[in-house]
Amino acid sequence: MSTLVLLTMTGLGLGALYFLIASGLSLIFGLMDVLNFAHGALLSIGAYGTWWAASGNLPGAGPGGAGFVLAVLFGTAVGTAAAVLLELAVVRPLYTRPREQVLATVGVGLAVPALLSGIWGPDARTFPGPEALSGTFGLLGAQVPVNRLVLIAAAVVVLVALRLFLGRTRHGLVVRAGVEDRAMVTALGIDVRRAFTLVFAIGGCAAALGGALGGLYFGSVDPRQGTSLLIFAFVVVVTGGMGSVTGAAVASVVIGLVQQFANYYTAAGLGDLAVVVLLAALLLIRPRGLTGRLA
Amino acid sequence: MTEQPLLDVTDLRVLIGGRHILHGVGLDVAGHGVTALLGRNGAGKTTTVRGILGLVPRSGSVRLDGEETVALPTHALVRRGIGYAPEDRGVFAGLTVAENLRLAERRGAGEPAYALVHELFPELKQRARQLAGTLSGGQQQMVAIGRTLLNTNRLIIADEPTKGLAPKVVTEVAQVLERAAEAVPVLLVEQNLAVVRRLAAHCVVLADGRTAHRGPADELLGDAEAARRLLGVGHGPLTPHTAEADS
Ligand SMILES: Nc1ncnc2c1ncn2[C@@H]1O[C@H](COP(=O)(O)OP(=O)(O)O)[C@@H](O)[C@H]1O
Ligand SMILES: [Mg+2]
Repeated sequence: MSTLVLLTMTGLGLGALYFLIASGLSLIFGLMDVLNFAHGALLSIGAYGTWWAASGNLPGAGPGGAGFVLAVLFGTAVGTAAAVLLELAVVRPLYTRPREQVLATVGVGLAVPALLSGIWGPDARTFPGPEALSGTFGLLGAQVPVNRLVLIAAAVVVLVALRLFLGRTRHGLVVRAGVEDRAMVTALGIDVRRAFTLVFAIGGCAAALGGALGGLYFGSVDPRQGTSLLIFAFVVVVTGGMGSVTGAAVASVVIGLVQQFANYYTAAGLGDLAVVVLLAALLLIRPRGLTGRLA
Repeated sequence: MTEQPLLDVTDLRVLIGGRHILHGVGLDVAGHGVTALLGRNGAGKTTTVRGILGLVPRSGSVRLDGEETVALPTHALVRRGIGYAPEDRGVFAGLTVAENLRLAERRGAGEPAYALVHELFPELKQRARQLAGTLSGGQQQMVAIGRTLLNTNRLIIADEPTKGLAPKVVTEVAQVLERAAEAVPVLLVEQNLAVVRRLAAHCVVLADGRTAHRGPADELLGDAEAARRLLGVGHGPLTPHTAEADS
């Protein structure tokens, strides 16, 4: 029983991390038809920004208490700014050339880890975090690491915030409409490119937050984290349906749980394979994803 | 027309995927009433409208009230006062009726005229919270036309607004357009010649991506031979064309 609880909580924690990456990835693809291969790099920027700040480099920030909150805010802000820059400087100029656009995001996705590795070395760095978040708590007989709960809570907050944004604001309305028919949105007199930048900012913010909190989950940061998580985030996006935030949430939970359980009960590594098999099966049965609808 | 036309299109060319769709279309829309854009299926009417709006890459000249707009992106041109009801309606299926209308509200285009839209189409008020994708074709067309009436526009462009509607709904849509045209000039793409006859003062006929004829609408419709030649068999001027009903 305690194993089941631990596996479930760990799977949900992993799912939460996937959701933080996949929600933005899905919105960006849904609205702009851009597969952002640089999205993992945004996560890495958030992770390194937080690590850098929490390691005593940013005045006021540190590994504990309010200092850690500040470090997370800093990392998330840097990731968000990087996302906006990415959209304005790389994605937008190539909008009429989709193939070059994909290549450019791949390039950024490769360059950022190389840059991080060049500055701080290729090896994993210990991630400083508050005492309170490094312990465990008892749940139905299992000792569950607190950081799982932090990730799950953050993902729930992001999900609720995204749903409120999409459902209750004019910008959210423009994004939902744009996911359906971008040309018609412009034909109503709306500059849809501003929504592009906004969606990149939101996606970058969520991914960078995922990076910051993922540091807690893994206990360290390394330059390749973002890229390996991105692969599973792509699986989540395809499973959940492009452009669907709720679909991404459901798919994240499913993928995180399947992966954890399969890795535990079969050979380690088979869980990762199981996820890919699941994706292939799903694509054959439901090409539009689990929910098959938007937002 | 002696006065300056509201919309003046000259030598409009559109090239899509290496294929010339329009080879130099010219048309003008008078400052009041309905101007009909006619032609057989595939003549290039929809492409002309999309070219005017910049929804497809185009060259030539498109003047709105004398101002050249061919370099403007679609949203900037529309903000100068154009309401557009596209072919196949262009409603957002996943948004509610109210959201479809709210999306069309433009800043600086007057108070949104919900009173007018709901007076003309009471159903849109009753169905405000319904997803537009679950509406009938006629109701979706009401959303599409409602969006063009919400703002204070200088021009309304409607691309086959009666296509695929039941005869009763065709009449309803025609009445609304007739009333709208009292306030705002309308460029109307229309295959139903009974509707053209009732609404249009002027007409422009396209054939194979070129302007084949311009003139008063009643003159063309009154000349059975010319109408048959320009508009195609099966569209005789005296047999109003009724499409299959889906509402
Ligand atoms: N996006 C496109 N790509 C290729 N061909 C197109 C495209 N849009 C229209 N066409 C072609 O251009 C011609 C004119 O089409 P259209 O403007 O839709 O005619 P109409 O509205 O008068 O029926 C047709 O032969 C059509 O097949
Ligand atoms: Mg057409």
